[in-house]
Amino acid sequence: MAHGNYSYKPTNAFMKWLDSRLPIVRLVDESVLKFPTPKNLNMWFTFGGILTFMLAVQIVSGIVLAMHYVPHETQAFDSVERIMRDVNYGWLLRYMHSNGASMFFIAVYLHIFRGLYYGSFKAPREVLWLLGIVIYLLMMATGFLGYTLPWGQMSFWGATVITNFFSAIPLVGESITQWLWGSFAVDNTTLQRFFSLHYLLPFVIAGVVVLHIWALHVPGNNNPLGIDVKGPQDTVPFHPYYTTKDGFWIALFLIVFAYFIFFNPNFLGHADNYVPANRLVTPAHIVPEWYYLPLYAILRSVPDKLIGVILMISAILIWALLPWLDTSRVRSNNFRPIMKQLFWILIVVIFLLGYLGAQTADDSNLVFFGAELPIGKLLLSQLLTFYYFAHFLVITPIVGLWETPNPVPESISKAVLAKKNGGAVPVAAE
Amino acid sequence: MAHSIDNANVTRRDFIYVASATAAGVGLAASLWPFIDQMNPAADTLALKEVEFDLSPLVEGQIVTIEWQKKPVFIRRRTAAEIKAAEDVPLDQLRDPQADKDRVQKPEWLILVAVCTHLGCVPDKNNKGEFGGWLCACHGSQYDTSGRIRKGPAPKNLAVPPYLYLTDTKVLIGAEPKPAAVVAEHG
Ligand code: HEM
Ligand code: FES
Repeated sequence: MAHGNYSYKPTNAFMKWLDSRLPIVRLVDESVLKFPTPKNLNMWFTFGGILTFMLAVQIVSGIVLAMHYVPHETQAFDSVERIMRDVNYGWLLRYMHSNGASMFFIAVYLHIFRGLYYGSFKAPREVLWLLGIVIYLLMMATGFLGYTLPWGQMSFWGATVITNFFSAIPLVGESITQWLWGSFAVDNTTLQRFFSLHYLLPFVIAGVVVLHIWALHVPGNNNPLGIDVKGPQDTVPFHPYYTTKDGFWIALFLIVFAYFIFFNPNFLGHADNYVPANRLVTPAHIVPEWYYLPLYAILRSVPDKLIGVILMISAILIWALLPWLDTSRVRSNNFRPIMKQLFWILIVVIFLLGYLGAQTADDSNLVFFGAELPIGKLLLSQLLTFYYFAHFLVITPIVGLWETPNPVPESISKAVLAKKNGGAVPVAAE
Repeated sequence: MAHSIDNANVTRRDFIYVASATAAGVGLAASLWPFIDQMNPAADTLALKEVEFDLSPLVEGQIVTIEWQKKPVFIRRRTAAEIKAAEDVPLDQLRDPQADKDRVQKPEWLILVAVCTHLGCVPDKNNKGEFGGWLCACHGSQYDTSGRIRKGPAPKNLAVPPYLYLTDTKVLIGAEPKPAAVVAEHG
């Protein structure tokens, strides 16, 4: 259990006085500074800190951008250009915000894959996992709404395609899309409400992050071994051990972020978004932002509107069932010889889907590094979509029952010490 | 206890609880409605505008895109071959079966809402696709020379907006056609 033996003791009369009225220092001390954290967390466990940091970056840069941005169809594009050219450091703020969104998504994907690999979604962390999915969905919505704001061609047509997902709903679909638009098409009314919601949702995310951390602090962190903390010998206080470790990885992450901002600020964007929105012409090749590409490939894999939309949404919602689909007793894939390989296959499948999502929508053969492969893009995306769902719905439950996991260590501290001394890891007698 | 044994625990106070909770619930639902309905198209948006268009400059085979109700509209002057192709398609080959004559008032002029029925892109007027109509590059839907869906993910034909011939070469898009006029045109 994560409940430590630490307890906050106010050091002077003022702190005592405050503690008996608003125990906020106690809260920070017990749930952040002294929070008992497994000794053996590796760098993959620093993405929570990175994500919190990036949310703050997006909120701060967003609030200052909103001081210059004009949410109106006739001025939005120009106001963003004015931010880029005339506003002091406007280019920096905007590139921070637009590349910050991408970095935020890189971090969240690594954070999610970390959870998949180490079984962090398994009992007793199901609610923590579900809250994570809620955050991810809110991030997707926020990123989409924000991308509409510069009102370029990609903004406009991305907004059109995505709001049209709702038109796939039988009977009421049409009315719902018009309700979302406030018009007969994406329009100025749509832009204004998107701005309002884009401003709101990050604060909703911040609220859910609080719940997410709350749900983390009940069972405590998972760890690379996937075994429970057995006592104080398995943990260290969060500060200074993990404040330092998180800080170090945030700094490395910032180097990558800075590379994009200062040397390649439009690498992750799309040139067509520097063309003002034109409601009469769709660009020849519209692609969503990179972080939606695998889902986009799933959407396009079936030539049926409703089924395509349902599959795409299910591709994320299926994660919510994972705690109950995974039948293995062992959390960490370090001790699951078969699941470990299936994990990497799933990652490759997701990358391939992402690659296909960026291709044009004709059914020609796949060309990979100049060589034409004997498989059509449509067929390949169907096979990959099928595998993606099979991984969760069929493979995961069956492998969990059938696979013999390797023996897990007796405790975190024993494993850590054995590693340090170069000896064999003592194994739990079971 | 004056009431029946079964209802011994039900008091007048319970009635008041249920009644007040119901009233509060109905009031809450009613006060939510303005917050939801404000998102629907406003009166000025609904004030359906009509757009007049002069057909005479178009040459055979030409397609132009104009704006009506914030949506793009295609006006296509079809060639004889395109008309024949549209008329000759057996209806049982169509996903959304509709005869060409039900989609035009005069066969030469095809007027369509240029919004792909898949996810709303404007089909490419420079790429006629496999069926001589339009290809929607977004996700590969293909339309024929009557704007009917033939291939790809879109479920429906391109919509035909209401329109009215003011003269032989002028149309008013957004206006309901006069039934007599339509009949006369079809002969
Ligand atoms: C979860 C956090 C957030 C994410 C993922 C996010 C994402 C985005 C994205 C992808 C864009 C388009 C960038 C571009 O291509 O130019 C954008 C634009 C914008 N965002 Fe955010 N945003 C977040 C938070 C905020 C907040 C809290 C505000 C505060 C008001 C804000 C205000 C703006 C404004 C004014 C723009 C338009 C200017 C521009 O396009 O650069 N954002 N956002
Ligand atoms: S919007 Fe035309 S094919 Fe998807």
